[in-house]
Amino acid sequence: MKISSIEDLRRIKEEAQKRTLLREGKADYRVVVHMGTCGIAAGAREVMSAILDEIAKRGLTNVMVTQAGCIGLCDREPLVSVEKGEERILYGDITPDRARQIIASHLVNGQIVGDWVVHAEGRARR
Amino acid sequence: MKELSLHILDVVENSLRAKAKKVRISILEDTRENRLELVIEDDGEGMDEETLKMVRDPFFSGQGKKVGMGIPLLDQLTRQCEGNLEILSEKGKGTTVRATFQRDNLDLPPLGKLADTLFVIMASHPEVELEFIHRIDDCQWLFNSKKVEEELDLTEENRGVLLPAIREWIEYQEEILKGGIGNEDK
Repeated sequence: MKISSIEDLRRIKEEAQKRTLLREGKADYRVVVHMGTCGIAAGAREVMSAILDEIAKRGLTNVMVTQAGCIGLCDREPLVSVEKGEERILYGDITPDRARQIIASHLVNGQIVGDWVVHAEGRARR
Repeated sequence: MKELSLHILDVVENSLRAKAKKVRISILEDTRENRLELVIEDDGEGMDEETLKMVRDPFFSGQGKKVGMGIPLLDQLTRQCEGNLEILSEKGKGTTVRATFQRDNLDLPPLGKLADTLFVIMASHPEVELEFIHRIDDCQWLFNSKKVEEELDLTEENRGVLLPAIREWIEYQEEILKGGIGNEDK
């Protein structure tokens, strides 16, 4: 369906409301996409777009997506941090596809995707 | 940067970091004069004259880093495209970045995924009022994030699902504008 008018958007809203009533997220995750100039040049916008898309598709409600600036790891951009309580996992070299996998594995199933982790805090090594 | 819309995102990031509550992005294209003008205005903290003098220096950053490439890259691009970059700022009032380009210059990257840029800004900064105007000669369409949000009753819960739809709607408006079909004021 082509979304071409405010009416279309209203209809989508109604549908969205029905869906969100069915699901209650339990994890309180914060996903941070690093969007300094280095991040943007490396593809952070596409990564963030994919993350928001995937969250919408899965109807996840307790995930907050936000952004931050450059943290000096420009060669590992795009960088994405996933935070929950004290735990903070920083993923590097993220593509839109990898971002979708992180949503599925880390946010939905609680499994950190070890291959792309650059830095991890607040969680005992397993 | 491969797209002009990525430069837009980068400059808007500066506005957001300067605690802007309202950001207006204008893309003004004039095919007869062969000009493209990009204006980003914000009501953020603004800069004093000293800072303003240094922003084009890649070894200056307002964020405590040693390097800041955003504005220098845009500055270079405007010069490559027979245009220029003008930055007006007043401490406590806000900043206006105005970049001009020769519209058909080979070095000018395409506008690219504008809808993605607006979508990403709206999603990560729900508190910010984003205004967008894209004009090609006598046709234009404009968009105000707060008005759309009010119109649709966006809430914390439905926001995540609705924003991707709004992105698609923006893409459609852009297509209409480029196709020259007509004016759209919403």
